[in-house]
Amino acid sequence: MTEPDPERLNVAPGAPHDSMLSETISYVVGLGLALLLTGISFWVASTSVLWGPGVATGLVVLAIAQMGVHLVFFLHITSGPDNTNNVLALAFGVLIVFLVMIGTIWIMAHMNANMAAPSDLMNLQMQR
Amino acid sequence: MTAASEAPAVGLTHQGSEDTGLGQRGPASKSIVVPYGFWLFVLSDMVLFSALFATYASLVHATDGGPTTNELFHRNLVAIETVALLVSSFVCGLAMITAKRANMLWTQIWLVVTALLGLVFLSIEIYEFASMVAEGAPPQRSAFLSAFFTLVGCHGAHVTCGLLWIGTMMAQIWAKGFQPHIMRRLLCLSVFWHALDIIWVAIFTIVYLIGTLP
Repeated sequence: MTEPDPERLNVAPGAPHDSMLSETISYVVGLGLALLLTGISFWVASTSVLWGPGVATGLVVLAIAQMGVHLVFFLHITSGPDNTNNVLALAFGVLIVFLVMIGTIWIMAHMNANMAAPSDLMNLQMQR
Repeated sequence: MTAASEAPAVGLTHQGSEDTGLGQRGPASKSIVVPYGFWLFVLSDMVLFSALFATYASLVHATDGGPTTNELFHRNLVAIETVALLVSSFVCGLAMITAKRANMLWTQIWLVVTALLGLVFLSIEIYEFASMVAEGAPPQRSAFLSAFFTLVGCHGAHVTCGLLWIGTMMAQIWAKGFQPHIMRRLLCLSVFWHALDIIWVAIFTIVYLIGTLP
């Protein structure tokens, strides 16, 4: 059997690929999708058509979608076998990011709600 | 075990099949290892930002009777900032495409455009910070404003570093040409610049858009 080319087994994150045309198309498609998602985000935040309490959640979902667009089209993170190392590192990073953010918000909201204090002490208003 | 061509005694050896990471080829080349290490740095930078986001989200209502998010933020400015940084990220990609083909003129042009758009972004942010301080909303006013200036200011500091880096890379490409080690640095720069845009997506959503909902 022939030895596979070592350079094809791994690719660096952000490394361009293939022909000039396909690379340019990748960036143009990424830009179009990112602009579209940004536009939808600003529209969703400005309109009153949508159910008010759900808007914040919708905005977070749109932001995560746009981050995915950036990762795929700008940083060229794919599901291909040459990208395993990059994807695993990304997965670990995402895990830590979510643990830190959700854990902190969860705990701090509960502490804020359960702290039996006069109303002028709530929301750290006494701290200067 | 005399000949180098023989299979090693330990470790999985699937010769000719899928790479197990324990093969005989030795470590990956520098063009893989260096950007991969930089990718790990970028991810750890995002972990750092997640701590700042968590701090901001915990303190966003701790205004101490001072100005709130709805009174301070202006969506129009943020929209311009967002588009400037997004197009800057796109043009940085174009610079990578032309750099791979060793096209000096267009690489330099695209890098200049990238830096100018980054400069537009940074100027608007500095203007915003200055007008907030002038309106009586400096970082020491409340816990919310401390968290806000830390989070957005940290992103702005990253953009400033990125601008200096772009200038450095333009000079290095000009002086040394498209050598392999210069190309590695350029690839790291593009990864850094795209990552900054990803963090900005989180900032404009969580800080500015959710902060100005009615």
